[in-house]
Amino acid sequence: MTGDTAAGWFQDVDPGDTEGARAAIEDGSADGPADWPGLAVEADFAADEDDYYSRLRAATLRAATAASRERERADDNQLTHSLRAMDDARRTANELAERVAEWAGSLGWPEDAAAVADREPGEPGERRLVALATRVRSLEEEAAALRGHVERTAPSVAPNLSALAGPILAARLVSLAGGLEALARKPSGTLQVLGAEDALFAHLQGGAPSPKHGVIYTHEYVRGTDPAERGSAARALAGKLTIAARVDHYSGDRRATLDRELDERIERIRTRGDG
Amino acid sequence: MNLPEGVQYRTIGGDRTLATRGPQVSDESTDEGWRAWDPGRSKLGAMLDAGMETGLTGGETVLYLGAAAGTTPSHVADFAGPTYAVEFAPRPVRDLVAVARDRDRLFPLLKDARRPETYAHTVEPVDTIVQDVATRGQAAVALENRQFLREDGRLLLAVKARSEDVTREPEAVFEAATAELEEGYELLDRRRLDPRHEDHLAVVARPR
Ligand SMILES: C[S@@+](CC[C@H](N)C(=O)[O-])C[C@H]1O[C@@H](n2cnc3c(N)ncnc32)[C@H](O)[C@@H]1O
Repeated sequence: MTGDTAAGWFQDVDPGDTEGARAAIEDGSADGPADWPGLAVEADFAADEDDYYSRLRAATLRAATAASRERERADDNQLTHSLRAMDDARRTANELAERVAEWAGSLGWPEDAAAVADREPGEPGERRLVALATRVRSLEEEAAALRGHVERTAPSVAPNLSALAGPILAARLVSLAGGLEALARKPSGTLQVLGAEDALFAHLQGGAPSPKHGVIYTHEYVRGTDPAERGSAARALAGKLTIAARVDHYSGDRRATLDRELDERIERIRTRGDG
Repeated sequence: MNLPEGVQYRTIGGDRTLATRGPQVSDESTDEGWRAWDPGRSKLGAMLDAGMETGLTGGETVLYLGAAAGTTPSHVADFAGPTYAVEFAPRPVRDLVAVARDRDRLFPLLKDARRPETYAHTVEPVDTIVQDVATRGQAAVALENRQFLREDGRLLLAVKARSEDVTREPEAVFEAATAELEEGYELLDRRRLDPRHEDHLAVVARPR
């Protein structure tokens, strides 16, 4: 066919090639629509219109099945990797910064890694110290860049959860649960203590009090609530986050009503405390 | 009132309801092959139930934007012709595929409705666009997809105010959306779908 002819998905696909058909639906594109059924018959891709539609049906079913499965796995997986990388980069930077501070202190230098990185080293030992401080600085920069990446991607993986929890906490919950689907299946009592597994274990062993919250403690609605009401706030927040995770996983629709309901619940809990 | 061929009011499970005839979806209630189509759960169903002039007659070619798990698209495919169902969230597409497997001419597409070039190689010109994307920029999506609509075709659009801006008055959001829509469409009818669908506006339009 000539370059001018509008090219449909079937253009370079052999009628028997189901895998090629799937790939063409998934990866192809065109400037605009055209009478594809008619063109396909003309190009001998299909015997008639009915034949065309049954081929199209097989190809779209295959493409949608494969692509949704792959994307579903890929998205929350990628988010989890970038969040964990962010944590690792930050933890390692802190650890090395402590080493730099200790070493720099022994030389009577300022202990701040950023300041050490800017020093002119004299002896070979000083050169190593300055090099190490430079690494600390770039690791910190990488942690910040990873944080930005998580903040940008979390809302598309879990729009409602990210709106209610903030993108970082949302990503952390997904990561701790082992994926969005796993999170969506957890009861809210489990989400509430995610990240407090050690405390929970100690409680189950006997003696220790049961933890009231895990990583959701970092949420303003828990941390910023009066200690007497904090357990209720954590329970209310976990309840709404659980619903948000389920909506994200099962429908993908953004429901701004959830935000408002959560705001109102917390407001009521906090004023009850004042009263 | 003008219901398309293949859509009727029936009594199913004791309730009078809109219905289409087609393969059962999960464990919904049916009666002699008729499936209840609940206007409370479907904006297109609510438009038909409200007696809006949708131009649907049955058998037409449809592009459905925002297909979700396929609840409404399944009814559309029951009475319409070839139905192209676009949805960009992977999870609901899993259910949409299940619905499409039982039907001959319902084509699921995991695509972003804001990027029509990624499915223009698959979708033919259509008689009707049904749009229910509940996302920001709903008028822009309708304008970008206008290229799929035949000259005498119809856009059946649901605008969800809260998806555009939670803080603004719904009426203000609707005004802005319909004004933007008029860049490419002539508006034939508009109606609020409250109370069934809170803060939703239904629009019937044709390309200009
Ligand atoms: C209100 S639901 C649709 C319900 C469906 N029309 C029904 O009645 O059964 C809105 C859907 O639009 C989808 N959506 C939002 N933005 C989209 C986009 N840019 N492209 C494709 N689908 C989109 C959402 O993922 C969601 O599933």
